[in-house]
Amino acid sequence: MADKIRVKNVAKSFGTSRGALPVLEGIDFAVGDGDFVALVGPSGCGKTTLLNIIAGFERPDEGEVSIDGIPVTGPSPRGIVISQLGSVFPWLTVRQNVMFGLRGQPIAERRRLADHYAHLVGLEGFENAYPHELSGGMLKRVEVARALAPRPEILYMDEPLAALDALTRFRMRLELRRILAQERPTCLLVTHDVEEAIHLADRILILSARPARIEGIVDVPFPHPRKLSSPEAVQLKEDILRTLGA
Amino acid sequence: MRPSAAAVRSTLLGPLPLIALFIGAWWLAVVSTRSLIVPTPWQVGAGLVELAREGLLIKHVTSSLYRVLVGYLIAAALAIPLGICMGWFKGIFTAVNPLIQILRPISPIAWIPLAIIWFGVGDFSPMFLIFLSAFFPMVVNATTGAHTIDQQYIRAARNFGVSGLTLFRLVVFPAAVPHIIVGMRVSLGVAWLVLVAAEMIALNSGLGFLIMDSRNAGNRYDLVVAGMVLIGVFGLLLDGLIRRLEGLKEVRWRYGR
Repeated sequence: MADKIRVKNVAKSFGTSRGALPVLEGIDFAVGDGDFVALVGPSGCGKTTLLNIIAGFERPDEGEVSIDGIPVTGPSPRGIVISQLGSVFPWLTVRQNVMFGLRGQPIAERRRLADHYAHLVGLEGFENAYPHELSGGMLKRVEVARALAPRPEILYMDEPLAALDALTRFRMRLELRRILAQERPTCLLVTHDVEEAIHLADRILILSARPARIEGIVDVPFPHPRKLSSPEAVQLKEDILRTLGA
Repeated sequence: MRPSAAAVRSTLLGPLPLIALFIGAWWLAVVSTRSLIVPTPWQVGAGLVELAREGLLIKHVTSSLYRVLVGYLIAAALAIPLGICMGWFKGIFTAVNPLIQILRPISPIAWIPLAIIWFGVGDFSPMFLIFLSAFFPMVVNATTGAHTIDQQYIRAARNFGVSGLTLFRLVVFPAAVPHIIVGMRVSLGVAWLVLVAAEMIALNSGLGFLIMDSRNAGNRYDLVVAGMVLIGVFGLLLDGLIRRLEGLKEVRWRYGR
């Protein structure tokens, strides 16, 4: 399959009061069209910085990122980011939020699409609710629906479920799997949760502590729906954790 | 329906005992000191009735409300866009903020002599003073509102390809609205507060004029206090009106649940 995302020798450092702090070094990988790739690594290793660079919100010091062979120069609606903090607009209703990325279409069509995606993520009946009336898990659903509604080619997820409680996180993981199986965008997931990566991704890139390098690449060959308690999955998790130095 | 009826009773009764106590203490203080100058609550009430009979109550209240409204609306129309721009564009903030901070601490009352020279003794001078008093709280709050927007929202909007004026309209302004409303509320309070001073230079109407005129022409202290009571009651009503804005669902998120 053709490469959707190509990351070539990306390096980045941040200026601090004690000089340059290297965050990323020689990061080089590719993501095929329609693939689901997870980046796992220890906290603070620069995973988020890497995702920001790929999504166009930051520039690398060295190297280059290209999507479909075209260098990335800034953020684009072709690749939508879902982050841990969440960015559902609190002054808009659920429906208005989901409609946000749909412009240049007749209002009736935007409404229809928004309601379709609200239903897809399980928000039926909450279209006119305001975010402050929703729980954390439901807010995440709004965020997913808003990201998917404009049919992005790529979905970037930066610890998307980290702010949720354990039970909601597990449920949302199943939900994400179900929703993405229907939409099938190329997915890049940043997480420190190895189980989450094994549950969702086709391939896992293991990053080292800062400055982040690619420590290993493992394929996740299990068919969906995956059972994380299977011996193979447990073994894979242990292997990844060992590579991470845990 | 019992709980809701009880709720209605408690919200009505809530402030009433304290107000009754206040009026009672006022009456007691006047009676026990046998004051010939300070009026009792009943004399003030009679004064209010007299004003209403002569049609003066409506006249003074409407001209005060009219001046406050005009001065306040002009202030809002200028201060809110300026504040948003100051909060959003660093260059504008750097250029404009020092001047704002120099003018802000000058009491509107200090402008009275200049206001008379510029606008004469009529509607425009009090409007100008009310404009001045209402302008600064709205600028400051709108600036804060636009300046403290969560970067996550800006990022998300940019991700969806929104920029420039559309970003302003869809994200910056709505995100700043809760702060803008706080500024509008503070300003309305200050504007009403400055009214009495502003209407010292009014020609022949307004609640401030009523107070000054009642003292100067005949020491009618019952009407002086009646003017004070009217200012208080209408201040409460205006605040109640603007607080309804804070109940809008589009802004509730910023004020907590």
